[in-house]
Amino acid sequence: MAASGKTVRVDILRSQLGRVRGLGAARAGSGTWWAERLTSIALVPLTLWFIASAVSLEGTTRAGMIAWLHAPLPLVLMLCLIVATFRHMDLGLRVVVEDYVHHEAARMSLLLLIRGICVVAALLCIISALRLGL
Amino acid sequence: MKDVRDALMLGRTSDGKLAVRPLSPHLQVYRWPVSMALSIGHRISGVGVAVGTLLFTWWLVAAAASDSAFATVQAFLGSGFGVFLLLCWSAALVFHFFQGIRHLAWDAGWGFENRIYRTTGWAVVAATVVLTLIVWIIGFVVW
Repeated sequence: MAASGKTVRVDILRSQLGRVRGLGAARAGSGTWWAERLTSIALVPLTLWFIASAVSLEGTTRAGMIAWLHAPLPLVLMLCLIVATFRHMDLGLRVVVEDYVHHEAARMSLLLLIRGICVVAALLCIISALRLGL
Repeated sequence: MKDVRDALMLGRTSDGKLAVRPLSPHLQVYRWPVSMALSIGHRISGVGVAVGTLLFTWWLVAAAASDSAFATVQAFLGSGFGVFLLLCWSAALVFHFFQGIRHLAWDAGWGFENRIYRTTGWAVVAATVVLTLIVWIIGFVVW
């Protein structure tokens, strides 16, 4: 184009910002990617611990739950599990929605709903674990 | 243009006119190697585990709430449908766990060679079946 000296007329007006907006990294893009990895690393031992605990707790009573979480280590591991799980869940579901839901309003509503459910459920779990353990 | 991302799909023909670039053929035309099934399976199992996490929330909240609430949860989880949900949840969790470790290995730069890629893929399938079975066999013995 430059060699022939002709300019090409482009009929759409889009700023550079408009072209990249919503496509990912604008300085903070790697933050959520990294958080998803960090939580997944933490969840490797935590998940194994939880599966083992869940099996041993099969058919337990409420008193059994209290006895289990009353020791410091299970309570702390439980809190770590809750935080890492819901953070990871929020980030993971967010990626799925962003990839497959194309309608703008539906996507935004779902993302807000997911964030809301994750925050409320995480708080419910944390408070419940503390009430059982403390 | 319905979406800002459509802007990236614009190209120019040799005479300078704007044209929408063609898309590559979509999923249905490909054979399904194990990696492809595992890749989408990782997402599906992730969503499944997320649903199961709400069950976990109910279980923990009920335990903190009252004896009767906890008895209700335990009765539900012990019912046929409850056991079915727990089976799905545990299998999805174990699969997501092993496939997640495979992903972490890739993030560290390991395992991209074709042979290793396929081997680790089948290893994930085998490990999922084995660990899920072990968990449930131990669960039945304890019970």
